[in-house]
Amino acid sequence: MITNILVIVASAAIINNFVFKQLLGICPFLGVSNKVETSLGMGAAVTFVMAMASAVTWAIQVYILEAFSLEYLQTIMFILVVATLVQLVEMFIKKSSPTLYKALGVFLPLITTNCAVLGVALLNVRSEYGLVESVFSGIGAAIGFTLALVLLAGIRESLEEYELPKAFDGLPIVLISAGIIALAFTGFQGFF
Amino acid sequence: MLEAIISLGSLGILFGVLLAVASKAFEVQVDPKEEEIMEILPGANCGACGYPGCSAYAAAVAKGEADINDCPVGGPKLAAEIGAIMGREASFQENRITATVRCNGDNSSAPKRFEYQGIETCSAADIVANGFKGCSYGCLGLGDCVKVCEFDAIHVNDKGIAVVNEDKCVSCKKCVTACPRDIIYMDPVREFVHVLCNSYAKGPIVRSVCSVGCIACGICEKNCPTDAIIVVDNLAVINYDKCINCGLCEKKCPMNTILKA
Repeated sequence: MITNILVIVASAAIINNFVFKQLLGICPFLGVSNKVETSLGMGAAVTFVMAMASAVTWAIQVYILEAFSLEYLQTIMFILVVATLVQLVEMFIKKSSPTLYKALGVFLPLITTNCAVLGVALLNVRSEYGLVESVFSGIGAAIGFTLALVLLAGIRESLEEYELPKAFDGLPIVLISAGIIALAFTGFQGFF
Repeated sequence: MLEAIISLGSLGILFGVLLAVASKAFEVQVDPKEEEIMEILPGANCGACGYPGCSAYAAAVAKGEADINDCPVGGPKLAAEIGAIMGREASFQENRITATVRCNGDNSSAPKRFEYQGIETCSAADIVANGFKGCSYGCLGLGDCVKVCEFDAIHVNDKGIAVVNEDKCVSCKKCVTACPRDIIYMDPVREFVHVLCNSYAKGPIVRSVCSVGCIACGICEKNCPTDAIIVVDNLAVINYDKCINCGLCEKKCPMNTILKA
């Protein structure tokens, strides 16, 4: 059981990293990765949403969708869950840390439409995970997302000290850096 | 069909109630004064008050951290309105600073060295052989400053020199950063004598390229009753803290570089 869960977490976080391997959640990946601190905040928010969404969507999938054979309602129900959770997180962050709230800006409510969150819920169903496995797969995916964000933010922070050719300045160099990290992540392929 | 409606509907209602409860629990008190101030601020987000944007200034004023007279865009009228909200007396002083283009070498007094036909921006023209003007410090007049000004306060006149309309200038300093030759300065508006030259070249060189440039003769320095104007690095500079606006330097300047702008 424990080995199984470890494999799920490692697979979701590193080997099948959501950002680098499955290209999900690119928007916040590029949007909030200018500082390590905000990246960690964003990562924490996404971790909460992904873990909770995995649990709730599992319950909905088993007790509502499959019980009444309403599988065609999967997407809209899952989005409903994600949107509610994001609203909760937004209220919580607005109350607890206005600075982080300001730094995340529009990207916080945009977690709602972050395909990585819906993606983890749908992948859980497709992989036929149980409740515990689903939650850990969600956490693993979120760790992978945070890892990607922090890695890129670290690179962007040190890049700021250099004067780049104008053609590369700004987003182009970020995309190039992201591509190189993604290449490095292919090294984990076939680890298990 | 019925199951679908019931399950989706009840799930929606459930989440709705959950969020309503949570919004009560996580309620953040916004100072009503902050919102009121935010409404009357110009909303230009220029940052001239020293805060990052109007909302930050509104929050600082509502908390009592910032002075009510700090918005140069709104001026005394806005200061009075904020004062009414905060219950304080406004004391807006006309100590605002506006942009001044420190160059008066127009097409007739500072002729071109060659005809420039490249991209019509000052920053591009500045790179080509150090600019098309004889004076390598002077205003190129292609209007990089005009493009960045959101308040229609700076224009290139028909003689090819950028001129600031002090009434419209809100001290946002965007033109100062846009100018590739760094000849736009922020000067106090109540002072109206300006040295309209930015050339650090020696006198004879200035004289050869411009008929209204500062030749660093030092006559203004000798005549100034308060030692407010001194020549540094071949250029007369006015210390606006000492200047009493007597206008003597303007009268004595042999090149007519010092002018009431």
